[in-house]
Amino acid sequence: MSTNEMTGAEIFVKSLIEENVEYIFGYPGGAVIGVYDAMHDMSHIKHILTRHEQGAVHAAEGYAKATGKVGVVVVTSGPGATNTVTGIADAHMDSVPLVVFTGQVSTNLIGNDAFQEADIIGITRSITKHNFLVKDVKQLAWTIKAAFHIASTGRPGPVVVDMPKDVMASKAAFLYPKEVKLRGYHPFYFGHMGQINKAVEIINASRKPVLYVGGGVINSNASAELYNLAKKLNAPVAMTLMGLGAYPGDDKLSMGMLGMHGTWYSNIAVDQCDCLIAIGSRFDDRVTGNPAMFSPNSKKIHIDIDPSAISKNVKVDVPIVGDVRHVLERLTPLVNTLDTKEWLEQIEDWKAEHPLRYENGSEIRAQFVIEKIYEMTNGNAVITTDVGQNQMWAAQFYKFLNPRSNITSGGLGTMGFSFPAAMGAAFGVKDRPVFSINGDGGIQMNIQEMATAVSNKLPLKIVILNNGYLGMVRQWQDLFYKKRYSHVTLGNNPDFVKLAEAFGGAGFITDKTEEVVPTLKEAMKINDRPVIIDFRTIKEDNVFPMIPGGGTVAQIIDYPKSVKELQMAKVHSEAVK
Amino acid sequence: MKKHTISILVENKFGALNRIVGLFSARGYNIDSISVGTSEDDSVARVTIVSKGDDDVIEQIIKQLNKLIDVTKVVDLTYDNYVERELVLIKVAANRNSRSELMQISEIFRSKIIDISPRSITIEATGSEQKVDAMIKMLDPFGIKEIARTGRVALKREFEGTV
Ligand SMILES: Cc1ncc(C[n+]2csc(CCOP(=O)(O)OP(=O)(O)O)c2C)c(N)n1
Ligand SMILES: [Mg+2]
Repeated sequence: MSTNEMTGAEIFVKSLIEENVEYIFGYPGGAVIGVYDAMHDMSHIKHILTRHEQGAVHAAEGYAKATGKVGVVVVTSGPGATNTVTGIADAHMDSVPLVVFTGQVSTNLIGNDAFQEADIIGITRSITKHNFLVKDVKQLAWTIKAAFHIASTGRPGPVVVDMPKDVMASKAAFLYPKEVKLRGYHPFYFGHMGQINKAVEIINASRKPVLYVGGGVINSNASAELYNLAKKLNAPVAMTLMGLGAYPGDDKLSMGMLGMHGTWYSNIAVDQCDCLIAIGSRFDDRVTGNPAMFSPNSKKIHIDIDPSAISKNVKVDVPIVGDVRHVLERLTPLVNTLDTKEWLEQIEDWKAEHPLRYENGSEIRAQFVIEKIYEMTNGNAVITTDVGQNQMWAAQFYKFLNPRSNITSGGLGTMGFSFPAAMGAAFGVKDRPVFSINGDGGIQMNIQEMATAVSNKLPLKIVILNNGYLGMVRQWQDLFYKKRYSHVTLGNNPDFVKLAEAFGGAGFITDKTEEVVPTLKEAMKINDRPVIIDFRTIKEDNVFPMIPGGGTVAQIIDYPKSVKELQMAKVHSEAVK
Repeated sequence: MKKHTISILVENKFGALNRIVGLFSARGYNIDSISVGTSEDDSVARVTIVSKGDDDVIEQIIKQLNKLIDVTKVVDLTYDNYVERELVLIKVAANRNSRSELMQISEIFRSKIIDISPRSITIEATGSEQKVDAMIKMLDPFGIKEIARTGRVALKREFEGTV
């Protein structure tokens, strides 16, 4: 036996140090008790004990999205592992780099329905980029290296590493590989020059271009390259929910978000453009509505690192498979400055005619709260949002100025995401304020993490847009189900101020518009613990504009100006449902 | 919708086949037949899948298969010149009166009789799917008791033309 032999648990810790891991979000249990023993003396890495494994995964996602680094999770077998499933699926849909280490029963017990056994490899097969069961301690270091490599390269995603208890207790020599070779995995970065040239030809002939930008721009750190392209082309930019922040939201060329609840003008512009340049976006149904009618008059160029994203939903004229940043670096010098003066004037007119709007009054409007947060943070905060109306209003009214500032569950639409994700973001980003925007429904899905946030003195601003409803579902019942509100009333919401205080945090509440700014000011003074701010908003407000699911821009409902107009909108949406 | 023969090389590892089959079921692609075995390289298995689908769907299937980390190569043989075979075992009811006719049919299809009993015979046949189908049709009137088919295996031809 060589002297350099160590246990699997020790190899695990050493490997994470080699990967420069700063934080592990985790929760112990029987199958990982040996691993936790090895983690007891860790000095390079901080372990954050969440209060639920789902919280740990969302925290790791928040950390990964805010920093661009890989998020790391450790949980025990069985229930610990199954509690991570929602978070893993979420990361898979939104291309978030994670490595999730799950404990497993000893190899001799696998398949015996042993205590706390779950086939997490089988369960997560379709929601991971890849997963591994480590059967031999000699394979452990290689597997960890491969897991980080797969999670962080190409189109990023979650990787699960399942670690049986006996493997982690047995010994092997530790040698961390410098690189791993995987026969079947060769992400393609550079983009085919022939395709790039074809795209240039189409772009140079365009008079009405639109850049349709998604989360891939943020993942590939290509905001600067996107900015250069937009400015050179004088092309307006429409962003997906995941793409917000890729281009500065306050710039003249920004049209904000497109899609179901996107701005009126971004959707109309996409409909009428002659050249649509999709960059790191995937023609998701929330963007395209009816794909057959999506942007019908344009030549389409699609830049994406994932070949399977190309022509999946909408046929494009020129696909370019490659990393967005690499492709833009080579494409931008080849395109001409376009004469888009008329097109931009047209868009300015549309912006003036159909702005995002809401009617302010003495009762609080969620839109107003978001606008004020935007102003008070100079567009510089990291904002995590939950799912529902709160998410859409945040997307519409916070003009994200920087990438990695908008952290939300886009693909899976996971309620309960915002708050734990904000914790993870706050560990990763120390120099900017972190706001978590929530509905009164979603915040209750991972509220237990208040204990984690308080223990770690995280200065989070947890905003609840409290409308007493599962608002987004209520909106659909209002518009499409004759206002038959079926099980969407949140009758017994807790006293969120007391709840915050019970956990050791701070709490504020108001139901008056005039108190929104003073309350936010007070809350922003507290920087040694999390603050919950309970804004009692108008109860039955709807998110507009709206294109009903599967619809087209012809069916877009702009903000209804009167009761009569709203009535017409309902009839209209009834017809296209 | 056209039938496509997709040849896949995959790491010969625990769970790798599951990933392929799981991909088909999770995305709602159909599998007409699947056959698995080792390839020329022990560490790599060759999976041959026959799937029906529009060209768009097949294109997606191939892209999704390529995305699997354990998959090292995917080829749609359909537009190539390729050889394909399937092996089938057919147990047919037989008695004194029908036995000789069954043996004739077997001979015509260049297949073998590999088991015989007073009430049945078992025929082993190889060939293209059409040949196997035709044979089954011929045997059907006699009373087929059991069938086991391997599913299609296929390889690309090196030279044009048939052997
Ligand atoms: C885990 C989960 N369950 C159910 C849903 C369906 N859903 C989407 S939005 C929504 C309502 C959210 O209500 P709330 O958190 O109060 O936010 P609001 O829409 O009122 O802003 C529901 C139930 C979901 N997205 N996620
Ligand atoms: Mg609500």
